[in-house]
Amino acid sequence: MSIEHLTNTCGEWLKGSGPDSDIVMSSRIRLARNLADFPFVRRCTDIDRANIESTVRERLKNSEHLKSLNYINVATLDTLDQQFLVERQLISRELAQGNGARAVAIDEQESLSLMVNEEDHLRIQLMRSGFDIDAAWQMIDQVDDEIEEHITYAFNSKLGYLTACPTNVGTGMRVSVLMHLPALVDTRQIEKVFRALQKINLAVRGLHGEGSQAMGDFYQISNQITLGKSEHELMRQVCDAVPAVISYERKAREFLISQSQHDLFDQVSRAYGTLQTAQKISSEETMHLLSKVRMGVNLGLIGDVEIKTLNKLFICTQPAHLQKMVGSKLDTAHRNRERANYLHAHLKSLKNGDKTDGVN
Amino acid sequence: MKCQKCEKPATFHITDLTGDEGILALHLCPECAKQFLEQPEKKSPSATPTLSGLLSQQLKLGQTAEELAKLDKRECPICGTSFFEFRQSGRLGCPHDYLFFANELEPLIASIHGKIEHIGKRPKRGTQDSELQTELIRLRREMKDAINSEDYELASSLRDKIRRIEQGELQ
Repeated sequence: MSIEHLTNTCGEWLKGSGPDSDIVMSSRIRLARNLADFPFVRRCTDIDRANIESTVRERLKNSEHLKSLNYINVATLDTLDQQFLVERQLISRELAQGNGARAVAIDEQESLSLMVNEEDHLRIQLMRSGFDIDAAWQMIDQVDDEIEEHITYAFNSKLGYLTACPTNVGTGMRVSVLMHLPALVDTRQIEKVFRALQKINLAVRGLHGEGSQAMGDFYQISNQITLGKSEHELMRQVCDAVPAVISYERKAREFLISQSQHDLFDQVSRAYGTLQTAQKISSEETMHLLSKVRMGVNLGLIGDVEIKTLNKLFICTQPAHLQKMVGSKLDTAHRNRERANYLHAHLKSLKNGDKTDGVN
Repeated sequence: MKCQKCEKPATFHITDLTGDEGILALHLCPECAKQFLEQPEKKSPSATPTLSGLLSQQLKLGQTAEELAKLDKRECPICGTSFFEFRQSGRLGCPHDYLFFANELEPLIASIHGKIEHIGKRPKRGTQDSELQTELIRLRREMKDAINSEDYELASSLRDKIRRIEQGELQ
């Protein structure tokens, strides 16, 4: 199967449903696993990498539940397609830019993605819409069991699942929750929240994980430690912190409204207007404005656009997505015009109602 | 009340509890308040130390330069990764490294995770064959070396050995 049909769909995790989905965009769990009979990826020869990739591909075919996955050879994709998968959160930058044989297997809903030859031989990832870690765990636990029936994992009875980097050893598990925190950013309290989270051993990253900038006020909160706690304890650690961050964000939003609802409504409306009418617009500005509109919709300031649509726009207005939809490579100036067209088409106002007062 | 930093009216009243000079009360206008709140923390000790930082810190303890140089040269007999390479990259070479460098890794793992024992999920099938699996990593490396040095006889006998283990494993 090809990348092409993905351009017409949109991941399940973007649908904007699930608990607290106004603030929690998605919940994700990833497990790092390695085959017992190969060196870790960095140490592999090209032949080793090819053997790992073909072993995984063949063994997945023997699995009742995993044989229907859409298996994509990442090594032979051109850079545009690789970037497309990165924007969609189906593969990491590291996998896109890696060397030698590497692949990703994804399911129809784009909830499950199984990366082959990233930093570890296998990186299993499961994404759900909203704050829904438990469901993500139930699903990924099953997938892990299923793979383990066909592949012998590198495992040590004392240290657990062995990984290329000692920071992942043990459970190999990273639990992360992607949160939209525009009011905490606006009121400049975000740094404070991060410092508090770091003190309880949680990490905060931008939209695309490690080292990436926080775009559109999206932040990932995840566990730092992977060893010495059970999977359930690790999930608990992250899940316990999330409601507090949600309530800080809600309080910050209330503060913005109480301080000057008129100013806030003005900002949100201008952002919406710009997105609807711009003739050319950069990716950065789009993210920034979409973030304001998303908050505006969640506060009831704008009524005629769905969160689902906005979630999708965050992904689909990124450079590789635009180029895939147009069907050709575009330079920046061209992309900025296409992006404006695309926003136009998707934010065509039903009726720009006069909601000058009344928040709810 | 006037802003303490300029002449405009002070609308922000801030009590800073974290400063070096103890509790500090500030009365500022919106602009100066923004500036004050935005200034970066004087020093924000990261609660998430980097791997390389931990490594160098840990290796300083009780090791002479000579001992460290000797340690750096140690190589895993299975994959050939030296401790020096691990220190440089922060990545291990193969599962066996965890055993081969166990003494060096244990304190490192303890400082990253606070614990040294896994209590989570375990593979249902057990890990009975791990010695043979590890052996495969070594044999494949030796085969590659044999090919590189054009010792094709050795390479082919190694290849047969690898096949026998691989097929045994698949049964």
